[in-house]
Amino acid sequence: MSVDTATVRHIARLARIAVSDGEVEALLPELNNILGWVEQLQEVDVAGVEPMTAVIPNRQRLRADEVSDGAIREQVLANAPVAEHGFFAVPKVIE
Amino acid sequence: MSAITDLGVKAIRDGFRNGDFSAREVADAFNAAVAAARGLNAFVVETPELALAAAERADEARASGNLKPLSGVPLGIKDLFATKGVQTTASSRILEGFTPTYDSTVSGNLLAAGAGMLGKLNMDEFAMGSSNETSGFGPVISPWRRSDGGNAPLTPGGSSGGSAAAVAARIAPGVTGTDTGGSIRQPAAFVGITGIKPTYGRCSRYGMVAFASSLDQAGPMARDVRDCAIMLEAMAGFDPKDSTSLDLPVPQWEANLSADIRGKRIGIPREYRIEGVPEEIDRVWEQGIAWMRDAGAEIVEVSLPHTRYALPTYYIIAPAEASSNLARYDGVRYGRRKMPGQGGLTEMYEATRAAGFGAEVKRRIMIGTYVLSAGFYDAYFNQAQKVRALIARDFERVWEECDLLLTPTAPSAAFALGEKSNDPIAMYLNDVFAVPASLAGLPAMSVPAGLDKQGLPLGLQIIGRALDEQGVLDAGLAFEQRAGFTARAEAWW
Amino acid sequence: MVSSYRVQGATGEWEVVIGLEVHAQVTSRAKLFSGASTEFGAEPNAQVSLVDAAMPGMLPVPNRECIVQAVRTGMALQAQINTWSRFDRKNYFYADLPQGYQISQLYHPIVGEGLIEILLDDKDESSAKQVGIERIHLEQDAGKMLHDQHPSFSYVDLNRSGVALMEIVSKPDMRSPEEAGAYVRKLRSILRYVGSCDGNMEQGSMRADVNVSVRRPGEPLGTRTETKNVNSVRFIMAAIEYEASRQVDVLESGGKVVQETRLFDPDRVETRSLRSKEEAHDYRYFPDPDLLPIQLSDAFLDECRGSLPELPDAKRHRYETELGLSAYNASVLTAEVETARWFERLLTATGKAGPEIGRAASNWVISDLFGALNRLGKTITTSPVSPEQGAELLALVADGTLSGTLAKQVFEIMLETGEGPGTIVEERGLKQTSDTDAIEAVIAGVLEANAEKVAQYRSGKDKLFGFFVGQTMKAMQGKANPAVVNDLLKKALS
Ligand SMILES: [Mg+2]
Ligand SMILES: [Zn+2]
Repeated sequence: MSVDTATVRHIARLARIAVSDGEVEALLPELNNILGWVEQLQEVDVAGVEPMTAVIPNRQRLRADEVSDGAIREQVLANAPVAEHGFFAVPKVIE
Repeated sequence: MSAITDLGVKAIRDGFRNGDFSAREVADAFNAAVAAARGLNAFVVETPELALAAAERADEARASGNLKPLSGVPLGIKDLFATKGVQTTASSRILEGFTPTYDSTVSGNLLAAGAGMLGKLNMDEFAMGSSNETSGFGPVISPWRRSDGGNAPLTPGGSSGGSAAAVAARIAPGVTGTDTGGSIRQPAAFVGITGIKPTYGRCSRYGMVAFASSLDQAGPMARDVRDCAIMLEAMAGFDPKDSTSLDLPVPQWEANLSADIRGKRIGIPREYRIEGVPEEIDRVWEQGIAWMRDAGAEIVEVSLPHTRYALPTYYIIAPAEASSNLARYDGVRYGRRKMPGQGGLTEMYEATRAAGFGAEVKRRIMIGTYVLSAGFYDAYFNQAQKVRALIARDFERVWEECDLLLTPTAPSAAFALGEKSNDPIAMYLNDVFAVPASLAGLPAMSVPAGLDKQGLPLGLQIIGRALDEQGVLDAGLAFEQRAGFTARAEAWW
Repeated sequence: MVSSYRVQGATGEWEVVIGLEVHAQVTSRAKLFSGASTEFGAEPNAQVSLVDAAMPGMLPVPNRECIVQAVRTGMALQAQINTWSRFDRKNYFYADLPQGYQISQLYHPIVGEGLIEILLDDKDESSAKQVGIERIHLEQDAGKMLHDQHPSFSYVDLNRSGVALMEIVSKPDMRSPEEAGAYVRKLRSILRYVGSCDGNMEQGSMRADVNVSVRRPGEPLGTRTETKNVNSVRFIMAAIEYEASRQVDVLESGGKVVQETRLFDPDRVETRSLRSKEEAHDYRYFPDPDLLPIQLSDAFLDECRGSLPELPDAKRHRYETELGLSAYNASVLTAEVETARWFERLLTATGKAGPEIGRAASNWVISDLFGALNRLGKTITTSPVSPEQGAELLALVADGTLSGTLAKQVFEIMLETGEGPGTIVEERGLKQTSDTDAIEAVIAGVLEANAEKVAQYRSGKDKLFGFFVGQTMKAMQGKANPAVVNDLLKKALS
């Protein structure tokens, strides 16, 4: 499988990374090299193998239903590029 | 007495306890060394005032008899760990100016154990890289130089390159590193120090900027095995804030440390003998095998048949997880925002991420996005997760034949900056020996083994069963005693 | 029962196929993966943890109660409980989604197939229809955006970010707006019985994505559209009606229905395409590596099962068989958990059991109490009369202290004053009398004053008996025991 420039643009769009024409041209062979290289996994016989879900056998612990956090608005907003009236502000979305 | 900065973690801890020097003297010495070593570009942020404050507390604690395990010891913290009140960027421009209001569990544990913080260590951006050249703040330069007089600046390895350089240059006695696919072990090998990645889940990932969640693991890097054991004991431990944290007591690795490995079976995986690896790597490996035999271990040849698929597996899984983990860097809640002249939210995202991420990070996000996208998930990601299960199974089987594995850490000595940066796959191959243990979540350590013909350090890797850090550390100690590695980089900085 | 609902097109009849994805907010104090509060109506960003704001290095830890609630809900819907489930990440960018992904379940949901039985006609058990449940999965809610506060900014509030939702996905088993309405009402009722969701649609605790397609009866499924986030039963039904006829129009004019996401506009009562220039979503689901699979033990399942209350269907059947209620009464009294609770407290307070008290009590609740509450704009939970007071009133009727008429009078006073019926009867002298001497005296007077009618009665005009009863009661100001009046009148007239 290899990608073309349209696919590169599509992936960049999905990943929300602006790419110039030049960057697309540069990325194209790089991505295809990497994808071609990882392609070798296709030759591994994985019949009957379950995909790995937990690296080390470990059980999911569950938290008690207690309010132990939140109410830290200042911390939450402390690093915001733009915050107004207790909200994060982003370019206006027209719905 | 030698200079304080020539001492490691244990020597400082004990010397301070014995009254050989004050914590303040230690902090002053290392703060000065850090300031004098800016040519290495090892630190992104220096925090001499924090090191001093901790030293003052340590001196008081000594006076009042309230010493903590790491009282008096200043450490460097990789910039992947969130540090309250101190800028944390993962060496990415996208996080420039981000000051966490919280501490990562690991760095918090170290501070709670009495350690001081010298500063935040430079690294590959978001831990993606093996040479430190992807850092948004410029590469770290290895303190080592080739003996051919060529003077080319060398890489300290990556991604924990600042960490490695700091210990090797004696500007920090010990540091934190993180290892996703070799990021502690490969730089440790490149600069002639010791570094251990513990079992996945030993160290909490809370507050550690995520690269690939199923692989990321914190660990110590220091001058020797014992220093690593001391630090790891302080870093590790169950953390209810990390669902993947292991709910187990922290073993007394330091107290139990023993170089007696008689009767241990050490496996030599035949698949780790790969073509194109310099003959010198084989030579130190043979030498290492001889030392282990000398220490009374039984050497057995073993097979890990899926080894060659580990790297491509890693380069699907890690970018996939990263593409999702890095989605939060969007310019909304923290970090840098870039607004193009025109456009709305989507354009802000695209501009922010285009400007904030470096080339390698973008490349991996793109790969990760692609392998998870509709129609490709099964062929790439799911297939990789299955192969990963096979790789883990290989290790499970091999533990029936041996207790530990001994392999090279990296396929070469440190290379020059710029040498591999135009060929991503050549760069990825650096981690060919490190990645399998990461995929299986196993403890693995790099110990210095010797120098190559150009006078550069080479390391060997010891891999153990899950949770058997003690076995790894013990074998490392036996190895270290025989290797007698004392070479150090001559200060040029 | 086969629905006969059809859309009449220009070219003939069309059948509507409906499936619903209901998002129900799980009742819990804290969020699904963080310890921040879920309380409604807080100041912006005042209930946000560092986890909810997706600060670097933050990690999710699941809330046990949310898992319990999803499992209990699954059990209440007779569904397959998956003892092994897992969380996945659904990746997309939006400012109300701080992580850049929603933690949800795609591949291994916690609850599998189940069903809900709906009654299309409250009065008729034979109108029952089963609607299949495809699955229930747990997921995080997103934050909220305000677009109208600033000329060039949208504001983001993350208070809801990370609140636990159950997405309850039905099979495409519904065939009319009424069935869909009945399904949502029934689902809401069950959730409220179970206590896993407060069902408050105005506050957004329940909202539905409505999947609609049309086809010629008997033909394969047509292409569906999904109308997102519809937040009332009425709107759900309206959206289906609109969407079905829109699709029929499209098809009959030779067009094709486009599979797409649509939006319901309640003001114009229509659905609109949400299609924009944006390319199709590609959510890149994959297992969340920050979380481990959820494994449910037998003890956990027992705990969930053991904490389930009697559910509306079981209760309805029990009311019919044990209490002898009509299908209608049983259905009305069990539809809302608060009503059933009130009714059962009333029964308990009467100290009686069985059809004797059941019928009287159910009739009184449905006609007298509901009528009054309606009139006063109150609900069962804000009723000015308590179940215990209601029981006392019923007892006063049963033991003959109050006649029906007097009981109504007393009830009115209870509603007004909040006083107990016993006190009211005592203080206002509203007791019904069975004093034969007093009643006989009044009867004598009535007969004397209506001698002519007495003669007519005696000559065979039986119907006049009621007249004498009425006159006697009126003279007694309604306080005479009707049974005694009957007896004594019969004697006096014979
Ligand atoms: Mg939906
Ligand atoms: Zn959903």
